[in-house]
Amino acid sequence: MEHPARWHRDQFPHRGPHWLRNRNGHGGPLRREQADRLGGGVAAGIAAWRGFSPTTVRIVFVLATLVSAGWGVPLYVLAWLFIPMAGAESNIFSKARTDAGGIRLAVGLASLLIFVLLVAGALNGGWFISWAWPQVFSIAGLALIWRNGAEEDQATLRHLLEPLGVATDDVKPNRRSALRLVIAGALMAGGLGWLFSAHASLALLRPLGGVLLVIAAIVLALGPWWLRIARDLALERQAKARAEERVDIAARVHDSVLQTLALIQRRANDPQKVIQLARMQERELRSWLFEGRDPDEANEELTVAGGVRKIQQDVEAKYGVPVEAVTVGDCDLDDNLTALLAAAGEATVNAAKWSGASVISLFAEVEAGEVSVVVRDRGKGFDPETVPEDRKGLAESVRGRMTRRGGTATVTTAPGEGTKVTLKMPRSSLPQRGGLGGSSPRDDPGGSGGMGAPRNKRAGRA
Amino acid sequence: MSAPRVVLVDDHGLFRSGVRAELGRQVEVVGEADDVQPAIDLIGELLPDVVLLDVHLPGGGGQAVVQAVKASHPEVRFLALSASDAPEDVIAVIRAGARGYVTKTISTAELADAVRRVAAGDAVFSHRLAGFVLDAFAGGPTADVKPSFDPELDQLTSREREVLRLIAQGYTYKEIARELFISTKTVESHVSSVLRKLQLSTRHQLTRWAAERRLT
Repeated sequence: MEHPARWHRDQFPHRGPHWLRNRNGHGGPLRREQADRLGGGVAAGIAAWRGFSPTTVRIVFVLATLVSAGWGVPLYVLAWLFIPMAGAESNIFSKARTDAGGIRLAVGLASLLIFVLLVAGALNGGWFISWAWPQVFSIAGLALIWRNGAEEDQATLRHLLEPLGVATDDVKPNRRSALRLVIAGALMAGGLGWLFSAHASLALLRPLGGVLLVIAAIVLALGPWWLRIARDLALERQAKARAEERVDIAARVHDSVLQTLALIQRRANDPQKVIQLARMQERELRSWLFEGRDPDEANEELTVAGGVRKIQQDVEAKYGVPVEAVTVGDCDLDDNLTALLAAAGEATVNAAKWSGASVISLFAEVEAGEVSVVVRDRGKGFDPETVPEDRKGLAESVRGRMTRRGGTATVTTAPGEGTKVTLKMPRSSLPQRGGLGGSSPRDDPGGSGGMGAPRNKRAGRA
Repeated sequence: MSAPRVVLVDDHGLFRSGVRAELGRQVEVVGEADDVQPAIDLIGELLPDVVLLDVHLPGGGGQAVVQAVKASHPEVRFLALSASDAPEDVIAVIRAGARGYVTKTISTAELADAVRRVAAGDAVFSHRLAGFVLDAFAGGPTADVKPSFDPELDQLTSREREVLRLIAQGYTYKEIARELFISTKTVESHVSSVLRKLQLSTRHQLTRWAAERRLT
């Protein structure tokens, strides 16, 4: 193993073969990962380094351990010792080298285990012994980690060794865990006795039954603890998700709300502009908070409701007149409905420019047979007989858009009475979306023209 | 008629003092509360004509106040106020028994008018609420719905739809009356009848619809 300082100095010492890299890997040096750890964070670190999922790395590790008769465990402990923690500069081993007491403890524990294994091997060998030999190294390594690791490493070890503590008087044993241990012990003894008494002459079923009993004993003894580890990990993930969400919200509030408030302070002497800014911000925040919609979403105007929202935003931003929009039901746009919305947009702009009303109502209703839009203001209105030429032109263009596509446009107005423009367009047989109906995929490409720019590409068909 | 006695329930002190200052001359604000339990206690003590109730309260939402007070004092009337406009909140507080719903951006004159209307026993629908109701009652009752004890509750009459459409277009009751050639009283009775249907209908679409509106 190279000198620990190299880990830090060298930017990319472990790029590794290309085929082992996934494009999600962070490309930096290999570090033990703090956030997603089960044990030392080695698997999580390798996963983050190479861009795999930690679960995959863990499964590979467990399989390797099974195949190599237990050698995976000391390897893992070695990695724990030699790979520095994320954010740290040196590994545990560099510290452990100078810890004479720790080395003595490690050697002592290892020799104790060697002694036990020698005795066990003399009495009765078998696969169990061959699996236990590698753990001599594991136990020595763990002792070193225990003595020299960071606080997090010690906490993890304590966590991992907790069930052993239950067996001793380390933790106050309550009745349930005592009962659990007694049953586990009885099962274990029965199972082991069965195994040892089962000689080759007997049926194969008997040793199998013994193995099952031993497994049951292990599960019973360690199950709750495993569950706790899993639960802690889940809690940690949740906390992480919450933290990320908080960051996201903070960023959003900063980008939009704080910026708008700053703008409002600078424009405090222009009430019209202040109202306009406040309304724009209110709409944006509301659509994000309560409707879960990003205001910058690109395909926003592919439905009637989206188109109505766009008209509302555009007119409010451009003319500073509030638009109260209500949409009942919703459906995808086709060419006809795009034309309807374009006409509605024009009527709304018209009202904002000429009526002098303080608010404009925009009402759209999607019904089974037709879609209707009503644009209404309480402004000064006009006498249809004596309209100036420029305004007549607008009314005509709204009507023209509608009639060319088989719709109708009615203008109700009188001087001092406000103006009401009612637009109706029959629907083609597109499925209804939103409302009480089901939803259909937004795959109709016809509606992206938006208001004010009707798409003429397919106009010849109509 | 004397000015209606009003209790304000809203967790924002700034908003309460704003409304109190604006409404001060037209209604009599007798008390303020900022959460569910204090509101229930205060309303039980003061017995106001109208409670102006924020839909969002930290301790359980506006409908908790409506339900608790309605149980002991059914004569107290509620007008829901909301900044969120989220349909499920609005529908929930109306179904709990509020007589109407307006957005917080409403003008002072309109708010005072709405308070007087609710005090007189009428229903008040904002244009948003009218849109919600039209949406929720769209189409006939479907087969998977267990009908109400009174099937008429599950559908709006065409006249009621017409009134709601005009409300959604920002018409006042007076303007609706003129547009439909009926009296203002008739408009009021149509709106009250819609409110009754909204509160009593067992159409589970109401809930489902509100939930879907939030999701899509």
